[in-house]
Amino acid sequence: MTDGYRKIVLDGLWHNNQALVALLGLCPLLAVSNTLINGLGLGLATTLVLVMSNVSVSMIRNWVRPEIRLPVFVLIIASFVTMVELVMNAYFHGLYKVLGIFIPLIVTNCTIIGRAEAFASRNPIPRALVDGLAIGVGSTLALVVLGGSRELIGQGTLFDGAHLMFGEIARGWRWGIGEDYPGILLAILPPGAFIGLGMLIALKNIIDKRLSTRQPASAAGTEPVTA
Amino acid sequence: MQFSISSSPHQSGQQSVTRVMGLVLLALVPGTLAMFWYFGWGPIINLGIATATAVAAEAAVLHLRGRAIGVTLIDLSAVVTAWLLALALPPLLPWWQTAMGSVFAIVVVKQLFGGIGHNPFNPAMAGYVLLLVSFPVTMTRWLPPDVVSGSALSLADSLHIIFSGTPPLGQTWDAISSATPLDQMRTELSQNRMIGEIRQSPLWGDFGGRGWEWIGNWYLLGGLFLIWRRVIGWRIPASMLAGLVLIAGLFWAIDPDTHPFPAFHLFSGGAILGAFFIATDPVSASTTPRGQLIYGALIGLLVFVIRTWGGYPDAVAFAVLLMNMAAPTIDHYTQPRIFGQRGRGDA
Repeated sequence: MTDGYRKIVLDGLWHNNQALVALLGLCPLLAVSNTLINGLGLGLATTLVLVMSNVSVSMIRNWVRPEIRLPVFVLIIASFVTMVELVMNAYFHGLYKVLGIFIPLIVTNCTIIGRAEAFASRNPIPRALVDGLAIGVGSTLALVVLGGSRELIGQGTLFDGAHLMFGEIARGWRWGIGEDYPGILLAILPPGAFIGLGMLIALKNIIDKRLSTRQPASAAGTEPVTA
Repeated sequence: MQFSISSSPHQSGQQSVTRVMGLVLLALVPGTLAMFWYFGWGPIINLGIATATAVAAEAAVLHLRGRAIGVTLIDLSAVVTAWLLALALPPLLPWWQTAMGSVFAIVVVKQLFGGIGHNPFNPAMAGYVLLLVSFPVTMTRWLPPDVVSGSALSLADSLHIIFSGTPPLGQTWDAISSATPLDQMRTELSQNRMIGEIRQSPLWGDFGGRGWEWIGNWYLLGGLFLIWRRVIGWRIPASMLAGLVLIAGLFWAIDPDTHPFPAFHLFSGGAILGAFFIATDPVSASTTPRGQLIYGALIGLLVFVIRTWGGYPDAVAFAVLLMNMAAPTIDHYTQPRIFGQRGRGDA
């Protein structure tokens, strides 16, 4: 049983990472990852919705007729997204304004409906919960790494705007290379998101290749990584 | 690399990539000398930096990919990319920006897509656009041609500026730099001035900017040489320049006060260089005869559109990249008829 959970977590974080392997939810991933904090904010909001929707879908999985399951899933996801949106508007208003349209658009994030359909509607509640958490954290990590590297290359800072998320105390977290760093604007603009994501996927594939040549006997970590 | 065609009845051509690229470099010499004549040592130093970094980057990636380095380096394609990029850059661009554009062109745009013959975009123009989008300030800081300024920067001054990124002692950027004719035309038009007034400035020659129009002529000479040597076809350059003149002429005829004479569009900025040396890149351009006419004409059209209504003064790079994207589709719909068959060759 613990083996089963271990696999769910590893799949969510790495082998079936929704951003880097399944290539799902790319629209928010590419649009919002211009700074580390933006990526983290959207990643956490998505994770929250994902966990709640996975659990709810798993709860009702035996009562929903297959013909109408997708509309039901969408309604559930939309309700949770509305909740998250209202909460963010109330408590993280700055971040809410920065992320803008991409918070309501979490509804259309294919990662969430994909996990509801492919996993939560076929598994008991605890497993669905762990899956939602692992998938969400996996996507968040991708968002944070992409957002952090774009921010670093594009404007030479990290944690810019951290106070939007962690309160005034976090203003001092902002770290910069220096005033005379000439930001490479391309990294912050949309092409930078595509190039950066491509580089991240390449990096993951290189790591997987290294791992699989190092231990060819253990088949567990060598599932095909192409989506 | 030799285009060796196997099996006996065929005669194998003497054309090789090295020879083609060598001829392109030869054809660029007059234009490059003209750049040197008008802008001093800057373009030559850029050329050196771009070539060195491009060749080094190409060798490094080939090594990483486990390919034979010597065979590919000797085809000179990296040198051509670097040379085209360097000619498009402002003369006093900081050295690391030139190097970054050239490394990006070779590593990301060319080698990551599979190396020579596999790049969907023109590497030199993609490198140029990377720099233009990332460093708008330094990328629009041109020198006035020395027929206008009356004095050229010395080699030592040029080296100092390029490698330190600061203007020479006691001078400011405003004193030594100047807008390009396209840039100037655009700024002044946006202030509601009329063409007749704008052209009073000493920056202007007979057709385009002083100095600039002659550089265009020397590129034209090199381009005609390439057509004569059958390195490039006539279709893309002719249709691109025709497209540009046609649309520019139309708007000029409608309102000559706010739209410059079509020759201005031809002989300012990168239109001639783009038509003969950049749009004709055999890998990223359209390949069918009818397709090449469409491809070229649309580049000309886009150049005018972006120059007139877009956000950047010159547009050749953007137009070429956009049409690179469209080239496979154009090729798909313009397949020539197969000899002996009716209708389009879909096979």
